[in-house]
Amino acid sequence: MMKVFENYHLPTTVNEALALLAQYDGRARVIAGGTDLLVDTQAEVYEGHRPHFDALIDVTKIAGANEIVERDGFIEIGCGVTHTQIVNSRLIQQRATALAEASFVVGGPQVRNVATLCGNVAHALPAADGTVALMALEGDALVSSLQSPAIRNQWRPLAEIFLGPGTSAVDSTREMISAIRFRPCGANEASAFARVMRPQGVALPILGMAVRLEIRDWRLETVAISAGPVAPIPFRANRTEEFLRGKILDEAVLQEATKILLSEVSPRTSAHRATKEYRVELLPMLLEQTLRTAIERASNHGSVH
Amino acid sequence: MPTLNFSVNSKPVSVEIEANEYLASVLRYKLGLTGTKIGCDEAECGACTVIVNGTSVDSCIYPALKAQGAEVLTIEGLAKTWKQNADARRQTTDEERNASNVKRETSDVKRGELHPLQSQFIHQGATQCGFCTPGILMQSKALLDENPNPTDDDIKVALKDTFCRCGCYVSIMNAIRFAAQEISQQSPVSSLQSPIPNLPTTKSPLNIIGKPMPRPDAVAKVTGAAKYTDDYVFPNMLHGATLRAKFPHANILNIDTSKAKALDGVRAVLTHNDVPGSKHHGLIYNDWPVLCYDKVRYQGDAVAIVAADTREIAQRALDLIEVEYEELPVVDNPIDALKPETIIVNDGTGHGNLLKHIHVEKGDIEKGFADADIVVENEYHSPFYEQAFLEPECAIGRPLDSGRIEVIVGSQIPYEDRRQIAAALDIAESQVRVRGALIGGGFGGKEDIAAQIHVALLAKATQRPVKMLYSRHESLVFHPKRHATIIKLKTGAKKDGTIIASHATIYGDSGAYASLGDKVMTRAATHAAGPYNIENVKIDCYAMYTNNPPAGAFRGFGVTQSTFAVESNMDELAHKLNMDSFELRRKNALTIGSTTSTGQVVKESAGLLECIRLVEETVKRERLETRDSSLQSPVSNLRAWGFACAYKNTGLGGGAPDKSAAEVEVFEDGTAEVRTSAAEIGQGLPTILAMITAEELGLPYERVRVLLSDTDLTPDGGPTTASRQTFVTGNAARYAAKGMREILAETASEELDAAPEQLVFKDGYVSRNGHKMEFAELVKKARAENRPTRYLHEYLAPATKPLGTEGDMHFGFSYAAQAALVELNTDTGEVHVLKIVTATDIGRALNPLALQGQVEGGIMMCLGNALTEEYIVEHGKVWTDLLAKYKMPSIKHTPEIVSFLVEDEISSGPYGAKGVGEISSIPTTPAITNAIYNACGVRVKRLPVDQDALLLAMRAGRDVVL
Repeated sequence: MMKVFENYHLPTTVNEALALLAQYDGRARVIAGGTDLLVDTQAEVYEGHRPHFDALIDVTKIAGANEIVERDGFIEIGCGVTHTQIVNSRLIQQRATALAEASFVVGGPQVRNVATLCGNVAHALPAADGTVALMALEGDALVSSLQSPAIRNQWRPLAEIFLGPGTSAVDSTREMISAIRFRPCGANEASAFARVMRPQGVALPILGMAVRLEIRDWRLETVAISAGPVAPIPFRANRTEEFLRGKILDEAVLQEATKILLSEVSPRTSAHRATKEYRVELLPMLLEQTLRTAIERASNHGSVH
Repeated sequence: MPTLNFSVNSKPVSVEIEANEYLASVLRYKLGLTGTKIGCDEAECGACTVIVNGTSVDSCIYPALKAQGAEVLTIEGLAKTWKQNADARRQTTDEERNASNVKRETSDVKRGELHPLQSQFIHQGATQCGFCTPGILMQSKALLDENPNPTDDDIKVALKDTFCRCGCYVSIMNAIRFAAQEISQQSPVSSLQSPIPNLPTTKSPLNIIGKPMPRPDAVAKVTGAAKYTDDYVFPNMLHGATLRAKFPHANILNIDTSKAKALDGVRAVLTHNDVPGSKHHGLIYNDWPVLCYDKVRYQGDAVAIVAADTREIAQRALDLIEVEYEELPVVDNPIDALKPETIIVNDGTGHGNLLKHIHVEKGDIEKGFADADIVVENEYHSPFYEQAFLEPECAIGRPLDSGRIEVIVGSQIPYEDRRQIAAALDIAESQVRVRGALIGGGFGGKEDIAAQIHVALLAKATQRPVKMLYSRHESLVFHPKRHATIIKLKTGAKKDGTIIASHATIYGDSGAYASLGDKVMTRAATHAAGPYNIENVKIDCYAMYTNNPPAGAFRGFGVTQSTFAVESNMDELAHKLNMDSFELRRKNALTIGSTTSTGQVVKESAGLLECIRLVEETVKRERLETRDSSLQSPVSNLRAWGFACAYKNTGLGGGAPDKSAAEVEVFEDGTAEVRTSAAEIGQGLPTILAMITAEELGLPYERVRVLLSDTDLTPDGGPTTASRQTFVTGNAARYAAKGMREILAETASEELDAAPEQLVFKDGYVSRNGHKMEFAELVKKARAENRPTRYLHEYLAPATKPLGTEGDMHFGFSYAAQAALVELNTDTGEVHVLKIVTATDIGRALNPLALQGQVEGGIMMCLGNALTEEYIVEHGKVWTDLLAKYKMPSIKHTPEIVSFLVEDEISSGPYGAKGVGEISSIPTTPAITNAIYNACGVRVKRLPVDQDALLLAMRAGRDVVL
């Protein structure tokens, strides 16, 4: 492994982490599991660039950061929580199933054992599995920054965080995502996630989709649909959602919803990964699969308390 | 410098480290725990897996400081976690038959003291090259800690990203399952009593030959004691690095190394001016610059080399070397390369970009097609493929006190390395010693020179040991690949299914340098009519120089590519003829008396018909038995079987003298040692050599040691290529052991008062009519009589004839038939292989355990060839420059494998054996693509299978993916 940083700090409080970032004044950045950051940085070195950090500030040892808690009507996931923890959490399995499903397909076990959900969000890839699930769950990120002399903690909707592929509104050299939260599924509510991978080439999904919905007498009371990559940032299918609201999912409704979905997304051909045409073929299947799975879950048990 | 305080294998450790070090590097280079391997540095391969606070992690990208205060378990500590009654363990003394390692490294753990996972990995044959083994064991340990009774699916989930390129996945799953049983029962029962579920049925064994035998190096491989090149450290050792070309094709106008030389810690910077001898190396054609001087021809070309105090300084020095280039047009495909107006990339053969035109002709092709009732004609494409051995290239150069140079390297051809190093340094071969370390996989990719010459040059320049370890990135960019090919194939048949004409035109992209491209493409051409008796054949093959990475040897050696074309055409013919696909192959199969397309009459050992019969029977029985289930699958899925055959030469052939030498020495302690410079790349050569020597001397297997690959101590075994080592070096060892036995028999004959030919050598004794003498006593007596106690045999394989002379181009062929059951998802185009039925004619099964590993590993490798792998180069620029961009089949892709061995003995082989290393992999790709056709009616003509294109073809009603 190439050496791409000088110092490595393991602060135990958010204050300490932010103070360190301030001390390095833009020459340090936040690291959590590091499974993307370190590998990507090394790849840049191979490309002939010489990225360099004076320090990496590891936020996974911050007290309390390794916890998944229910608080104020939300499930809150700390910045040290790994994908494995999420997969194994009964709370997430039952009340945010899409996130458990998405976290399970990220990497292999060794990577899931260190890679964090907050790190996944900070990376801001439009196809990241956890991110796609969180978009449907309408998650918020707790952005912590140093606004001297105090610390400012602000819950911001995830949708605001993503600016473009790999570009986040959170400046990891000055601020950090210290937690993610979302409303857990309650009675008559459920979520589902599905994705398609390519067996060759890069380990990024061709297409992933997540839904969260609530049903009453088989009618869709609420529905949130996210997909990636179909746009430069993780995508919410607002028009499709709007159409589906209040309807019972039958063949005709599904067909119309599919049409609307295809009209509001703009999937692209990405070299060595997928053609636009192929992504368009997959969208109806993923929409049907995730909707039907979530409806079945919501009608069978809804949320389990 | 920060201090890292943690616990490693239950011992407290306090060590000064750099803040930016990673856990794997601290374990390996600071603590000397080299059992933890680094395969990719990308968290992709899993070789570096260790357990931190009970959780498995990829230690290669785990910042070491993160382990502050943690408990770390590495492979070196695994055995100690297994607390078992020591007395119970001692009862199983017979288990300790494996303590010696090929390299004479002694492991401090005896087999009886191993963790059940470790002993099951040995027993089930779940370790081959062994480089992945520590990581796989640690991940398995993490799995069993969490889930003591895992299902196959649990195992597949847990080991998903812990790769074994030798493809031992079936054995690994068996090993984990039996270990779980052993652990849950807290059983003192020996692992040796577990069944080996995937062992094929074979002929009844001799004393040792024919029995499943564990590897002699297995204990070292499962305990982390096994040493690969990067595990060696010498005092004052420097670290080397290589400046690679900036462009795929450019003239070099100037190289300025002054700034690099001035950097603190840099000990040498060398360019072509510092190469005193031959400016080029090469296995057949001397066309590959040691260091480029006039121009660079591909992105991996070496321009300058550096030796420095640390790897980091060496890397930084590379940035300071200034090279002025003049870019040249890039030739990126073999068809352009052949055009007369195209710029010449390499004139290594004096024919411009044409490395070799290979022509095969038999009968009258025009008459053949005129007489044909039905003709199919197709064009097939296959990309470059990467061997992806998990151990990246590494070499250490060392000045010896005598003034000689030693190079430690895991190479497939040690004596060729010695020749090429000596030539470049302009010294006598006697001044070079090449010492083999264990090799973490080769598959053909470690036949060419990598860092061998460079470390020798740097060691000579600095008079210090110099290690060069390639990063995965460098390995991917640098070494020769499997040839990308374009194959136009036209096949003509009579209505009754007799194939009477086959015409192929093949373009092979051999990249910037010859490597073994000439031979690989010759094999592609000579096998391009398939294992069939066809009256009229015409094949033209063009091996071309381009600005892509060189293409050379890769398991299958060209036959993988042409068989894909041949067997796809065969299937299409069967459909057009409305004939059963098995019947069409049976009708045309090579058999005794047939003539191959090169005019060779098949005289013996042709088991193809038997292979077809076994596979056909199994598949047809399964189809009947499971008419209602196996071909019915969940909604949206289609299932179908596909079938293919193949053959592959054993040995070099084509008139090349095929030699190997082995020496056997016997000792007064009743042991023997067999020595040869033949490479063990995971295939199991030391096991075979120990078995043969033990069989011939009548010794228990564990009393034979094997010493491989040291040009000072072991005679030349030739290249590990062409599925030849069991045959050629196996024969050398057999004759050497026989010769030794005959000498000993003279002593015994006096002692036991019997004619030498009446003596029986068995179980460590020589006997005659109830009188016997211990082997150790016999050796003592022979020595006292001043008889020699070592015997060298130089074996020369049966002569072969060059292509075009119509004689025997090869002394033998192995055959295989394979059927694949695939499941195709009609929603996504995804293809899964559910089952493979395979039959392989290998002459004679010497070690069924290792054979099974070769068969299953070959299948896994070419399952990747069909479905997951593609090495992409765009206009000379390597896109696949990370392991993350090259997907190998993992345990999750592993199908059920039903394997039959056909033992149609070859008279010249040791006990009748011929090669197995390549044949098992060759029919897999077309068996899968034929199954896809049978499932959905789409013929895949371009590899690998692209689910995207496949789905779009299905939706559009097209019947082909071009």
